[in-house]
Amino acid sequence: MYNGGKIIAGLIIFLGLVAYPFYSNMGRSIEKANPSLDTPIINQLEKKECVRPKEIMRTEHMKVLDEWRDAVVREGMRGTMLLGGRIYEKSLQNGCMVCHSNKAQFCGECHGYAGVKPYCWDCHFVKEEGLL
Amino acid sequence: MSIDRRKFLKIAGLTGIGLGLSAADLLVKNAADASVASHAGSRAATRLGLVIDVNKFRSDADYQGIIDACHSIHNVPTLIPEKNNPKNEVKWIWNDTYNHTFPDQVNDYHPEGLLKKPFPLLCNHCDNPPCVRVCPTKATFKRSDGIVAQDPHRCIGCRFCMAGCPYGSRSFNWVDPRPYIKKLDTNYPTRTMGVVEKCTLCVERLARGLEPACVEASNGAIVFGNLSDPESDVRKILNVKFTIRRKPSLGTLPSVFYVMGGDNHVG
Amino acid sequence: MLDKALCGSKRYWTLVMILAGLAGAGTLAYIYQFQNGLGVTGMSRDVSWGFYISQFTFLVGVAASAVMIVIPYYLHDYKKFGKIVILGEFLAVASVTMCMLFIFVDMGQPMRILNVLLYPSPNSILFWDAMVLNGYLVLNIVIGWTTLHAEKKQTPPPGWVKPLIYLSIPWAISIHTVTAFLYAGIPGRHFWLTAIMAARFLASAFAAGPALLIILAMIVRKYTKFDVGKEAIQSIGKIVAYAMCANVFFILLEVFTAFYSGIPGHMHAFEYLFAGIEGHNKLVPLMWISAIFAIISLIMLIPPGIRNKESNLVKACILVFVSLWIDKGFGLVIGGFIPNHFGTVTEYWPTLIETIITLGVWAIGFLTLTILYKVAISVREELGTAKSEY
Repeated sequence: MYNGGKIIAGLIIFLGLVAYPFYSNMGRSIEKANPSLDTPIINQLEKKECVRPKEIMRTEHMKVLDEWRDAVVREGMRGTMLLGGRIYEKSLQNGCMVCHSNKAQFCGECHGYAGVKPYCWDCHFVKEEGLL
Repeated sequence: MSIDRRKFLKIAGLTGIGLGLSAADLLVKNAADASVASHAGSRAATRLGLVIDVNKFRSDADYQGIIDACHSIHNVPTLIPEKNNPKNEVKWIWNDTYNHTFPDQVNDYHPEGLLKKPFPLLCNHCDNPPCVRVCPTKATFKRSDGIVAQDPHRCIGCRFCMAGCPYGSRSFNWVDPRPYIKKLDTNYPTRTMGVVEKCTLCVERLARGLEPACVEASNGAIVFGNLSDPESDVRKILNVKFTIRRKPSLGTLPSVFYVMGGDNHVG
Repeated sequence: MLDKALCGSKRYWTLVMILAGLAGAGTLAYIYQFQNGLGVTGMSRDVSWGFYISQFTFLVGVAASAVMIVIPYYLHDYKKFGKIVILGEFLAVASVTMCMLFIFVDMGQPMRILNVLLYPSPNSILFWDAMVLNGYLVLNIVIGWTTLHAEKKQTPPPGWVKPLIYLSIPWAISIHTVTAFLYAGIPGRHFWLTAIMAARFLASAFAAGPALLIILAMIVRKYTKFDVGKEAIQSIGKIVAYAMCANVFFILLEVFTAFYSGIPGHMHAFEYLFAGIEGHNKLVPLMWISAIFAIISLIMLIPPGIRNKESNLVKACILVFVSLWIDKGFGLVIGGFIPNHFGTVTEYWPTLIETIITLGVWAIGFLTLTILYKVAISVREELGTAKSEY
């Protein structure tokens, strides 16, 4: 092979770099994400229900937030929702995070497991936590 | 490859229909957005605006009161201008002199009181806003009630709106604003670096039936209302007092009016 | 054909490595800017566009200047431009690439750039600018590559290239007309609110671009066997001369309107740029250098006796390029923001990080240019067609 030595050496280095994410995690056990609902507000609720059913929220909460965002900011439609006697605003900060105030143990659990960093927290925050 | 006339016409026709349909689709999709983006026109049922009477501001504290009211509830960062160079400053409402507010309306013989009097400046929520015209993503858009709104989620930070605004009403987050927020208001988000922001006419307060914060804090010096409603408070003042707007010759149709009149008029 | 860029002399690789190094430095500086915000630049609330946008504005003109070679050659069969057309098209590719990179590094939220496509806003000139720049890039890559490839295969280029070439002519005019419209339609900025803005862009483009092309052609002739031909260079020299005359004339027209009318809004920007306002005069030396270079270049370009000597021509082209770079790069964009809407002055000067990022983008552009030129030159050297017969 012409230049065989360089080619084989290059291939080995390439495979080493590309396969790094796989073999560096070998043998590590990663726990499944376990989001916690242990917050003062949720503990007080009689019926533990969200503005959408749990299964839908799990897969589509980002769509819900996106729809709310356009409805509130772009169309000015801030309609509140009545659920189990509580009024919920169409708002991440003044809605979702009022109940789910344990951001790191709730949102952060699945986001960390999936390795995603949504940019919501660049602007929004949990009232009790402030800007940390 | 040769092609006969019939085949050519068939292909051209299908292409034309296909292009036409996709263009129509795009236009229809944009029509909803476009109606918000274009100017509402003074015949709109609602055109929110402000009338500011600077003679009703008695002290520096009055001015600071309205600025603090706005900036505190909206988490506007306080970026101290370095060495008098207002480089990274973010402000939604602020003061400046008559000469700086109305640079096209100065003469050498103004009353000294006028020259020393601060004027509050903010976004004029123009009826024909150039900032909305130039925004490439419709991140800034005109609502049907006349407010020129800002969608910080969509803003790409190109700052074309800042170039387009003839009034210098807009600020950009050159740095992360969070370390510079004096006292966090937990009911409102912050912004992130890289987006433009400006006065929103307190849309979140309007939705709760409240007046904009600066209006409430002004103790009657700033009046808020619907310019299209002849019975509104703003129209009542405009009917009797002489008012001017900033740079009217540019055709932007600002919705913020400044009462002129000197010291003897009765408020 | 890209493999031709992988074999080269030591000089070629040195150039590539230097440019790559600068590009790398620019990338590191950009990462710093991305993490810390655009506050690391010299831009401010008053001067909200600076070096990046002004470089983009200048380079859009250089990109469009390929049309000055394409029109004579393809539309009027001016055979003397036969060898230099590919250099013009590849210069357009490199310039448009730099334009788009400058826009990218200027954005506050670059990760959201697709919003321009997801939420098309035909009312915004920036939207149209994005469309025409991308279109022009694709057009020139396809045209340049296809014609060069056909030349390599020693066959005529495929028929579908011709309509694309014809399309590229109005498209080139469109890219800097649209860019001029970014400025010329803004109601509050009197320095920019002039109908002649697009015409000025055209004139300065057709002077700066071909001037750079002459310089590049002469560098290529010195270091490779590729010679575009004496007559091609002379013809382009005439184009530069006429375009620079038009450009200087248009600027003097602006000066007349501003100062004869006496309207403060029109005069102030010129006063700031050429005399300073209230002690703020950072740009004054630069603007006068630009003016003096422009005059000297005209003295060297207009008389044929001086222009016909290539050593004079190349010096005049350097003066033209630098003068117009200052005019667009500092004068036009920054002058539009000063004085601000309140009549006060906030000055602007690029910071170190901003300068490194700018140099990095220029390096990427010149790296692209080097690689593309290497391919074109190598193809022709191997075919033995590297020398023009004119």
